[in-house]
Amino acid sequence: MITLHDIHKYYRTGDQPLHVLKGVDLHIREGELVAIMGSSGSGKSTLLNILGVLDSFDRGTYTLAGQAIGNLSETDSARLRNRLLGFVFQSFNLLPFKNAAENVALPLYYQGVGRKERNYRAEKFLDMVGLSDRKTFMPNQLSGGQKQRVAIARALVAGPKVILADEPTGALDSKTTQEIMALLKEIHSRGNTLIIVTHEQDVANQTERQIILKDGMVATSHTQPQAA
Amino acid sequence: MALVDVDKWREIFSTLGRHKLRTGLTAFGVFWGIFMLTVLLGAGKGFQNGVIDGFPRARNTIFVWSQGATQIPYEGLPTGRFMQFTPEDVEAIRKEIPTVAFVRGQNSVGVWGGSGSYVVRKSKSGTFGVSGGFAGVEDINSMRVIDGRSINALDEQQRRKVALIGQRVRDQLFAPGENVIGQDITISGIAFTVVGVYRSTQDGNQQQEEERLYLPNDTLRKTFNQPGIGSFVILPKEGVQAKATEDEIKALLARRKKVSPDDKGVFGSFNMQEQFEKVGGLLTGINIFSWVVAIGTIFAGAVGVGNIMLIVVKERTREIGLRKALGATPGSIVWMIMQESVFITAMAGYLGLALGTFLIEGIAKLLNASGGGGRFFTNPQVDFSTALVALAVLVVSGVLASLMPAAKAAAVNPIVALQDE
Ligand SMILES: Nc1ncnc2c1ncn2[C@@H]1O[C@H](COP(=O)(O)OP(=O)(O)OP(=O)(O)O)[C@@H](O)[C@H]1O
Ligand SMILES: [Mg+2]
Repeated sequence: MITLHDIHKYYRTGDQPLHVLKGVDLHIREGELVAIMGSSGSGKSTLLNILGVLDSFDRGTYTLAGQAIGNLSETDSARLRNRLLGFVFQSFNLLPFKNAAENVALPLYYQGVGRKERNYRAEKFLDMVGLSDRKTFMPNQLSGGQKQRVAIARALVAGPKVILADEPTGALDSKTTQEIMALLKEIHSRGNTLIIVTHEQDVANQTERQIILKDGMVATSHTQPQAA
Repeated sequence: MALVDVDKWREIFSTLGRHKLRTGLTAFGVFWGIFMLTVLLGAGKGFQNGVIDGFPRARNTIFVWSQGATQIPYEGLPTGRFMQFTPEDVEAIRKEIPTVAFVRGQNSVGVWGGSGSYVVRKSKSGTFGVSGGFAGVEDINSMRVIDGRSINALDEQQRRKVALIGQRVRDQLFAPGENVIGQDITISGIAFTVVGVYRSTQDGNQQQEEERLYLPNDTLRKTFNQPGIGSFVILPKEGVQAKATEDEIKALLARRKKVSPDDKGVFGSFNMQEQFEKVGGLLTGINIFSWVVAIGTIFAGAVGVGNIMLIVVKERTREIGLRKALGATPGSIVWMIMQESVFITAMAGYLGLALGTFLIEGIAKLLNASGGGGRFFTNPQVDFSTALVALAVLVVSGVLASLMPAAKAAAVNPIVALQDE
């Protein structure tokens, strides 16, 4: 599903370019549930942004669902994100003036799906994440866990190939973290590919594989026999 | 992308609806600009109509008269001679100056000085100025025939004893509502038939102008025993500069009367064309001024819209970043911002246009109801082409106003926008 080969990334701030990724090699199969770990500043978010076609890289090759990701125009990368990727953020990023169903439907709007169909599909995914009775609630009427469920429904609604989550439980207490992890594992069990950046070991332990970034490279990438 | 995209408009309305006060205040700038433009142009048009109404229909008439004594000895003739014109001079102008289309001699009694003529109708009477008339006199003077007819060619040829009278003459000699046309009046002891009544449209001295009678010029000369010709009324041919013809006529008269060409004070003259062009220039100036003021205001309004949109884009950075992450293309973001500002400007502008037109139409109605408007202000109006241009200016300014904010919005980097602080 995802193949990275010798990916390098520099940030050009100040007089010296900052070499953040120094040749990342990575392969993630379809249907995998992986965690990306590493100390703060090791480049986890940078890597995830590159995987999410939100950021460019300076060297190497990236293949996503059989498609080479190189010098895409902004428009092409937007379409690609819309078609192939779903995002879950630490701080949820729901639009505060739209209700739960409208937030979930947003990616479909940019696919040109009609309003009725959008609503129908959005509600279906809200049912799936267990928010059948909160469809018309505004974000400020939802708890953190509920907001993240809405965000997960939004990441799923357009039928993406890969779901990318940067610290999805970073803003949640441990009980809610467990609930969200249960939901993500359930989504995985339906055949979705998930990549989760986290620094919580018990979150990482629930994945199939832990990829650890160190000094801008993949230090270890081991499969967990005990994974769900 | 379809323009009539219900979904997109729903998005725009929801955005604008969330910031009603801000949207309203922004829109007001544009509204005011278009409102001003409409009212200024409409009022300008009213002023133009009023001023042009004061002009006679013929816009290039030349008048030539004998003005002063000679001051330069010429061909052995002494100074101090006054020129007296004759019917032969009229013929000479007609025959010898090819750019002349129409020429008449014009005499008068009590118009340029002296006392008027005593006019009697049954038991009523009055003293009025009398002018020589001819076919077309109503186009050359600022007047309108409001009853009966003007003097015609047959009146001139047959030297008929007919009179075209001013409405104040009628009011003095006839009872209110009495039939005037075909009635006899006595001028200087001779019976004349009234064929028409006129009203003056001249700015300023309507009263005096309406206390006058026009008789066929040759009839007048005979009645008042004036063998000579007082002055000339000339229309140059179409497309000819009146000034050129005016100079040719004066040169011809100088040759005929043996006056030195350098003796400038002997013949007086005036041409309407110069006058008209001066006023035309003033009106154009007023028009340009209106446009400059209004377009300035509209652009100020548009800059306001652009400014607000910039703030809006800044406030919505996170939203825009999220939309981009979820698949909004830069084009769709640009389009979203542009539609919002064009929508604000177009709506506000349309309202300004409508209200401005409404006001101008209201004034026009009021003026008409109170008798056709004042002396310098008649029938203000907003014409369709003006409205169209105003709307085009609006939409263009709306688009211009949105360019910078739209570009800023399209350039939002989703990674930065979605970063957790
Ligand atoms: N836009 C940027 N410009 C310059 N340097 C950056 C930028 N983004 C990240 N960096 C630097 O790149 C390095 C990696 O950052 P990144 O956000 O990927 O780390 P991370 O592993 O996600 O850390 P954390 O666990 O704290 O989220 C850091 O040293 C950071 O300072
Ligand atoms: Mg990070």
